[in-house]
Amino acid sequence: MLAFLAKGLLRDRSRSLFPLLTVAVGVSLCVLLDAYIRGARDGILRTTASFVSGHVRVTTRAAAREGVGASNELALLDAAALQDELERDHPGVDWTPRIRFGGLLDVPDSAGRTRAQTPIAGMAVDLAPDGPERRILNLEQALVSGRLPEAPDEVLVAAELARRLELGPGDRLTLVSSTMHGAMAVHNFILAGTVRFGITAMDRAAMLAPIEGIRPALDMADAADEILGFLPRFQYDDREAARLAAAFNTGRGEGDDEFAAEMNTLRTASGLGGMMDLIDYASALIVGLFVVAMSVVLWNAGLMGSLRRYGEIGIRLALGEPKGAVYRALLAESLLIGLVGSALGTLVGLGFSYYLQEVGFNIAGMMQDATMVMDDVIRARIAPPSYIVGFLPGLLATFAGAAISGLGVYRRQTASLAKEFSG
Amino acid sequence: MNICFWFAVLAIAAVEPPDGNALLARVDANIGSNGKVIVSEMIIQGRRGGRSVRTMSWVSGTDRAFTEYLAPERERGTKMLKLGDRLWTYSPQSDRTISISGHMLRQSVAGSDLSYEDMMEDPKLTNLYSAEVVGPDSVGDRPAWLLELKARAEGVAYQRRRLWVDRERDLILREERLSAAGRLLKTMEVLSVGRYEGRWLADRAVFRDALREGGGTEIRIDSIAFDVVIPEHIFSTASLRR
Repeated sequence: MLAFLAKGLLRDRSRSLFPLLTVAVGVSLCVLLDAYIRGARDGILRTTASFVSGHVRVTTRAAAREGVGASNELALLDAAALQDELERDHPGVDWTPRIRFGGLLDVPDSAGRTRAQTPIAGMAVDLAPDGPERRILNLEQALVSGRLPEAPDEVLVAAELARRLELGPGDRLTLVSSTMHGAMAVHNFILAGTVRFGITAMDRAAMLAPIEGIRPALDMADAADEILGFLPRFQYDDREAARLAAAFNTGRGEGDDEFAAEMNTLRTASGLGGMMDLIDYASALIVGLFVVAMSVVLWNAGLMGSLRRYGEIGIRLALGEPKGAVYRALLAESLLIGLVGSALGTLVGLGFSYYLQEVGFNIAGMMQDATMVMDDVIRARIAPPSYIVGFLPGLLATFAGAAISGLGVYRRQTASLAKEFSG
Repeated sequence: MNICFWFAVLAIAAVEPPDGNALLARVDANIGSNGKVIVSEMIIQGRRGGRSVRTMSWVSGTDRAFTEYLAPERERGTKMLKLGDRLWTYSPQSDRTISISGHMLRQSVAGSDLSYEDMMEDPKLTNLYSAEVVGPDSVGDRPAWLLELKARAEGVAYQRRRLWVDRERDLILREERLSAAGRLLKTMEVLSVGRYEGRWLADRAVFRDALREGGGTEIRIDSIAFDVVIPEHIFSTASLRR
């Protein structure tokens, strides 16, 4: 029976080609969008974790309330002891302290006078070769010129910033910032190298310094704005992060001590919770909308097919084939079309997704004024759900379309068939 | 008792409000001098506690000032020079003279509630604002005039100010600095006044930045000398490294 139907579909292309192409295009779009959304979500999570909040973030309560831009005045004190405690209690997690600072980068001329000046957004991290930061920030790959800092007074700046200020490795520069207590801090550094992270918000004005060099400059001995935790294999797991945070926060800093340490997850610390949910819902929404839209299109295609096959169905009914059998044959045909179209669409969708996974889509041009820490290149990511995300809806939509349009078979009056044929 | 009260009310009502700009000119004249040398202390109340900064300043007219930090140890030897609309700071730790401009001017001075922009401001208010007397008021037990100031130009840091000026001493007792939209940005409250070389001056005042948390910044004047002849070389960038 199936072979008979398949032959019919192959020999009468007008019966199969349009529905098949419709299903294939819809399925491929569905696969591509799903992979693209997954890739974009992963990219945002990865860059946010690396540059903003870690997978979990320990700060003072006051700093947690004020968010990532909190003043250094609200930093954690006794940061080394707190880091030791975190490493002892959660050995599988990479813990690393950071200090964020703003201010001016002042470049002197040969006489020591200001030659150039620009605002910077600075981050002080543990740049030890055996520490996790070089890997987390992907520094080896981000290096454009020079080398990574080897001494406390050596820093990295964004390549674009260095170009604007006509700076090169080995040049002297002065950071004008504020100490933890708000006093003016003026400290000399040497440019070790320049970096490009591929994140517009960072590449515009970033300065990266060893934390042991920034601490004396900002009067922050044994202090850190935050201690970030990164889960094993750098995989963010919302439930595990929430468990860690709950365990850390339980019974800590009772009362209203605004300088007590508090742990927050990436979801809460970065404010990405709503966005993550939205992205998750968006995937489901796209598949749902796809099924509805394709069903409508295929229903319409089925109706047109029924009109074209009006005579054929009439003869089959006149020859005594039961309406149910005709209806089931139409459904079987739709399943065949759905199977082939969905398989074809999945293959094509995976092909485009693979291209976007490897090459990505560069949005740097749209990010010129962006302050969000987000990769300039958005890549798709193919995952096991990519193989079925379009296939099942494709099959379902074809079947639903045929099921609705095929109901017309039951409306045919067998008594008037002879009259129709004689006309 | 009742008669005394009504006499007092009538006496207050009978005082004719002065012209706002004339009153503001008297306020400027009270603190103005060709050369001033001031030793003062700033006590800054941050969210984590207080700290104090002691400075010595040489001021000439309205557009030249030189300040040297005397304490604490970490900031000792830091100097600042204002010449017209330019500001430099010298840090002995880095041996650098840095020009402060642009958005840095809005930064806090030594973590206080005052910004570099506040320091750069022309101290002669009549140059920046037109004033109108709103009416009589009082600050503590001192009768005052409430003055409403509006900036004459757009570039002024505070587009509006409200001053409570002592009626007898031409001295600002309280001040509110506001944005053009009326948002409160900074306040100043005089804690005590003293008589210096025949002038009434605030020798303790507390400034509060309304946009940040903290206990405010108290400024105490330890000594002030008026009409001092200040050597010209003080007001040069070379003196910063001396």
